[in-house]
Amino acid sequence: MGLLGAEEWQALGLSLRVAFWATLWSLPVALLAAYALARWRFPGRGLLNVAVHLPLVLPPVVTGYLLLLTFGRTGPVGGWLEAHLGLVFAFRWTGAALAAAVMGFPLMVRAMWLSLDAVDRRLEEASATLGAPPWRVFLTVTLPLALPGIIAGALLGFAKAMGEFGATITFVSNIPGETQTLPSAIYTFLQIPGGEGAVAALVAVSVAVSVVALVGAEALSRAVARRIGMAP
Amino acid sequence: MTLAVDIGHGFGGFTLEAAFEAPGGVTALFGRSGAGKTTLVNAVAGLLGPDRGRIVLGERVLFDGAAGVFVKPHRRRIGYVFQEGRLFPHLSVAGNLAYPARAAGRKADGRETARVVEMLGIGPLLDRRPGALSGGEKQRVALGRALLSAPEMLLMDEPLAALDAERKAEILPYIERLRDEAGLPILYVSHALEEVARLATTVVLLAEGRVVRAGPAEALFADPDLAPRFGLREAGALLTGEVIAHDADGLSEVRVSGGVLYLPQVAAAPGARVRVRIEAQDVILSRDRPEGLSALNILPAVVVAVKQGDGPGVIAQLKVGEDVILARLTRRSAEALDLAPGRTCHAIVKSVAVARGAVGRI
Repeated sequence: MGLLGAEEWQALGLSLRVAFWATLWSLPVALLAAYALARWRFPGRGLLNVAVHLPLVLPPVVTGYLLLLTFGRTGPVGGWLEAHLGLVFAFRWTGAALAAAVMGFPLMVRAMWLSLDAVDRRLEEASATLGAPPWRVFLTVTLPLALPGIIAGALLGFAKAMGEFGATITFVSNIPGETQTLPSAIYTFLQIPGGEGAVAALVAVSVAVSVVALVGAEALSRAVARRIGMAP
Repeated sequence: MTLAVDIGHGFGGFTLEAAFEAPGGVTALFGRSGAGKTTLVNAVAGLLGPDRGRIVLGERVLFDGAAGVFVKPHRRRIGYVFQEGRLFPHLSVAGNLAYPARAAGRKADGRETARVVEMLGIGPLLDRRPGALSGGEKQRVALGRALLSAPEMLLMDEPLAALDAERKAEILPYIERLRDEAGLPILYVSHALEEVARLATTVVLLAEGRVVRAGPAEALFADPDLAPRFGLREAGALLTGEVIAHDADGLSEVRVSGGVLYLPQVAAAPGARVRVRIEAQDVILSRDRPEGLSALNILPAVVVAVKQGDGPGVIAQLKVGEDVILARLTRRSAEALDLAPGRTCHAIVKSVAVARGAVGRI
């Protein structure tokens, strides 16, 4: 198939799948965390802040190892999930998605937090005086106004998930067709003599995917900003 | 429906201790910046929980500190028109007007919307975004949006403060119509005397977080003791009268209890009741009826009281027919005229001294 062999296509497809699900699942959680950090004052807020940012500063290998300890088949959470829901993370593509989600989480939360902070609270007050209960204020005012930042956060999370390597390889290893994402595949081909051609092709694909994602998200963000009347 | 407020609230070295009642009509909260006006309306709206006290609208207790009652803002049914409009930037004008129905999870009442749109003259704006509206247009839309939330009361926090004189003049009649036609009690915050004089039925005078005086607008404006509070340059009593004719030379005749006033063209049909604010500094007093004078308005008056100020000025309170007017003059003149309670004299007012904005419909 031209530039890419079967294995490379597989890695690309897997990376996209992993990044897609990682982004989708972490989006609501990240939004909740961002909202809590931006709006609520509660005991343990500082702790939540640290926990959210931990994957950003920990060595990815450490994050991967901690995931393995927690979500491995013998880990406290992993064991429970397998026993009750039949859900296995260790050495599966779902584990790669979990690792990617965790690593992208701080980036997502930060972008959303900033955009929630930028929402004019006075508009939310106005909404309340017009009869909207708090959840409706959130859905009809806060969320639409923060949408550009939420999209930006999702993009950052997606990009991070596409490129995640350290935590993924530590947690779920590097199994072709199951957990071998683009970065893992590049790493593998780098170990093989004569693998430079495949590496070059994969690197080109990585760059292309990133550029498309960036440009697409930027365009989407602008379109939304225009629609909500906040474009510069 | 009466709003009764008696609350105390402290923050950052400032304490508010205010009690007042707002009966029907427009109740103006008047005072300088920092007097606690916005804190008061925010407490009424439920955007702020006071430290203590009670807020009761009609039969409904909205806040009772002692009993632990605090009705959330979205359940208060109190419309709020903010100084900056606070239109939703992501919605069109039509979307903003439909918002209250959406907020309450009901269908918008098309007839009511059409009525409000017509009354405020915002039909041509419906498809526009708030960002593309002028300040005056924004405030009219904000007013319409608040009305469409089917409120039992309306709060207006300096709704005209951000507008120039022309835009103010454009919106004031709408608020007058609202007061006269909708019968909705309005709590109107302002530090602009002109607006208060035109709109207010009741005035609550605030200073440093305390109510200095509260009562019917005419009574407060006619009180010489309060003139410094209103601002000596602008203070002046309110006369009520009836438009009897518009003359060909551009003057309008308004009959007041003490005679006929000739004023620059009044924007009301003959027969309409109007309220005129005559600034105390525009009134000249004369012992005898002057002859050969350019001023058109010369009304016989009786001195009720003379109030000494700190400086060289005094304020005389005079009865003109059933109405009261104030005149500001120097102490020297007051002594020369021998002004004392009971003395008769003539109050002279130049027609052109009465600004158009000083005449409002009632």
